[in-house]
Amino acid sequence: MNYFELFALPTTFEVNASELKAKYLELQRTIHPDNFANASERERLMAVHKAAQINDAFDTLKSHDKRAEYLLSLAGIELAHETKTLRDPMFLMQQMELRELLEDIPQASDPEQALSDFQQQVEQAITQFKLNFSRQFAENSADTLQQAADDVRKLKFMLKLSKEAEALEEQIYTY
Amino acid sequence: MALLQISEPGQSTAPHQRRLAAGIDLGTTNSLVATVRSGEATTLADENGRDSLPSIVHYSPEGIDVGYAAKAHSISDATNTIVSVKRFMGRTLADIQAKHSELPYKLSATENGLINIETCNGTVNPIQVSSEILRPLVALASDTLGDELDGVVITVPAYFDDAQRQGTKDAAELLGVKVFRLLNEPTAAAIAYGLDSDDEGVIAVYDLGGGTFDISILRLNKGVFEVLATGGDSALGGDDFDQALSQWIFEQAGYDGEHSPALQREISRLACETKERLSSVEETELSLSLPCGSEWQGSLTREQFKQIIAPLVKRTIMACRRAVRDAGLAIDEIEQVVMVGGSTRVPHVREQVSAYFQRELLTSIDPDKVVAIGAAIQADILAGNKPDSDMLLLDVLPLSLGLETMGGLTEKVIPRNTTIPVAKAQEFTTFKDGQTAMAVHILQGERELVEDCRSLARFELRGIPPMAAGAAHIRVTFQVDADGLLSVSAMEKSSGVQAAIEVKPSFGLTDSEVASMIRDSMTFARDDMDARMLAEEKVEASRVLEGLVSAIHDDGHLLSPEELSPIRHAMQVLEQAMAQTDLKSIKQAISDCDAASQDFAAKRMDQSIRQALSGQSVDDI
Repeated sequence: MNYFELFALPTTFEVNASELKAKYLELQRTIHPDNFANASERERLMAVHKAAQINDAFDTLKSHDKRAEYLLSLAGIELAHETKTLRDPMFLMQQMELRELLEDIPQASDPEQALSDFQQQVEQAITQFKLNFSRQFAENSADTLQQAADDVRKLKFMLKLSKEAEALEEQIYTY
Repeated sequence: MALLQISEPGQSTAPHQRRLAAGIDLGTTNSLVATVRSGEATTLADENGRDSLPSIVHYSPEGIDVGYAAKAHSISDATNTIVSVKRFMGRTLADIQAKHSELPYKLSATENGLINIETCNGTVNPIQVSSEILRPLVALASDTLGDELDGVVITVPAYFDDAQRQGTKDAAELLGVKVFRLLNEPTAAAIAYGLDSDDEGVIAVYDLGGGTFDISILRLNKGVFEVLATGGDSALGGDDFDQALSQWIFEQAGYDGEHSPALQREISRLACETKERLSSVEETELSLSLPCGSEWQGSLTREQFKQIIAPLVKRTIMACRRAVRDAGLAIDEIEQVVMVGGSTRVPHVREQVSAYFQRELLTSIDPDKVVAIGAAIQADILAGNKPDSDMLLLDVLPLSLGLETMGGLTEKVIPRNTTIPVAKAQEFTTFKDGQTAMAVHILQGERELVEDCRSLARFELRGIPPMAAGAAHIRVTFQVDADGLLSVSAMEKSSGVQAAIEVKPSFGLTDSEVASMIRDSMTFARDDMDARMLAEEKVEASRVLEGLVSAIHDDGHLLSPEELSPIRHAMQVLEQAMAQTDLKSIKQAISDCDAASQDFAAKRMDQSIRQALSGQSVDDI
């Protein structure tokens, strides 16, 4: 049973977050080991196992990049632990520029404004890659699946930048 | 619609019989037990009307005293009177010596680092000492409820790691008491106030006890409790208020003679009484007989007392500030502040906490009892006495779990704040041709270096089939249960060989050590011990039978008659074994029942998942 089936959701990139959460809580209410405090050892272990699986499924489905990676793995493309590098000079160039931009923010005349502009730019890219992925994945040909995989790789680059920007935000606002 | 349940002859336990459960606050200074009776959770008092039991155990050649009886020896026989053993739980000798330099105990370390305390009644470890504290509490609960307990909920600090949690659970198991759940203390306090029924919100739990201070920030979201941050000071509490006040009394009395232990005790008592009086009055008189024969008389106002303790209270507020910052929250996002611990009765403490959080505080439940009460409510639910309760406590892992990698670094396998239960698999490979074993070191903590984390266990994977280097794929699965306790299993993937794992807990006890401690703790004869084990096994057997009877009643339709018959047969065998007194055959029959019903249990679980998602229970159909 894959994670989408476990939650009785269609196997697509688009997931209704509040529906997912509601189903998650409903499942945990049924299966959480606390419901089996009086049951036999075997049933308790089974409940721990199942509850762990549901937690993992929820964790995977609720985040965009993990969900995208999981969809690809269902289609036979494993991204986890891959050593393959992205061959897209344009994209890599853009990454380097964005990194330099991020490093320069603390020295900007108005760091808060500079950071906010930067974050907006990254957010736009993230939205774009999500849209691309969704479209390519839905087409479901060998070719578009590979393109979808590249979208996820790029998405992960952007998410990393977004995290670093958040860390910088904390620094700027703390001091 | 509820169907009438008709028990089959010979199966005495009716499914709807109320189960007996208790909540235990196993505290550093004091411990309490509470139960739910007539729908209300209350703490239980001993024959002298006292709710709280000092967490003190005294060992003498004649026997073991606990609580007030042990406290009487804490000065005269300090070496054999173990005070605040909770500080030692799951800790190494080195940890303890670095933190507490002047302990009166004879401490030594076992081979795996566990602390041993030499007493005049033999060597004991912190788990055994804790179990002595639990013993009278469990007895009090079963006496009050009129029968043996089905299980207990024990509270632990939110930041307790695996070794400390495991130790706490082992302490109960030494007594043969079933632990339904280890519950985080701040979560218990929040449950006592019924905050679990709120839809969502952020709660701060301020817990100032006798010797420790803890602050926890929890997020509550539709019944899910998440610990966002914890902080505090393990060496700051109400005792420090007493000490500061004692100092003031010495100064006021102008006494600069010798501080004999007797005088010290007298002044501590006076300070403690004065502190407590000032919680209800504005000004109080003090008098003290000095060794020189003179009598000192003085008075103290609440305002003066406030000045004396202000620096201490300020330290707690600083810790709150840090915790709020760690949680990544603004102060106005915290919607409820729960007060726990006797020292929160001090008006100055309440004023300062209320001023910092800019909130009214929750103080209506006795702050000494609130944790035990929350534990009792949870125990009652887990026992199955409240079938309509839809509380769901999803705890998170308090500290990251990781593995040692090359160069003394740790690699996180499960990050902190992951919702538990959780299972994560990690793959390993061999680095030499023909390698058949591999060592794995599990750590808990947030730091990069192995030496800065807590070592939880080392184990060896053995029985890997000999292959070329890198060809074997060993999949090690780490599973953390709802109590935050870790278990590990491993499998060689290409050959499907289940590698034998020998887990050596770094500080905890192996199963065989627990078993031998149970044997050691038996002060009675071998026959008694056998009788007890037989009785426990029979209880387990009826639990299994009872479970299967109701499972077949509810879901028997999931099985064909051919599938049902081996289960019925195994049940019959178990029933027959129960009527006899052979421990082994009961054990065997239980495990046969388990094996026969495994597929049935899996089918039932899948069915309940489908029902949960279809949004309606069978009752509505």
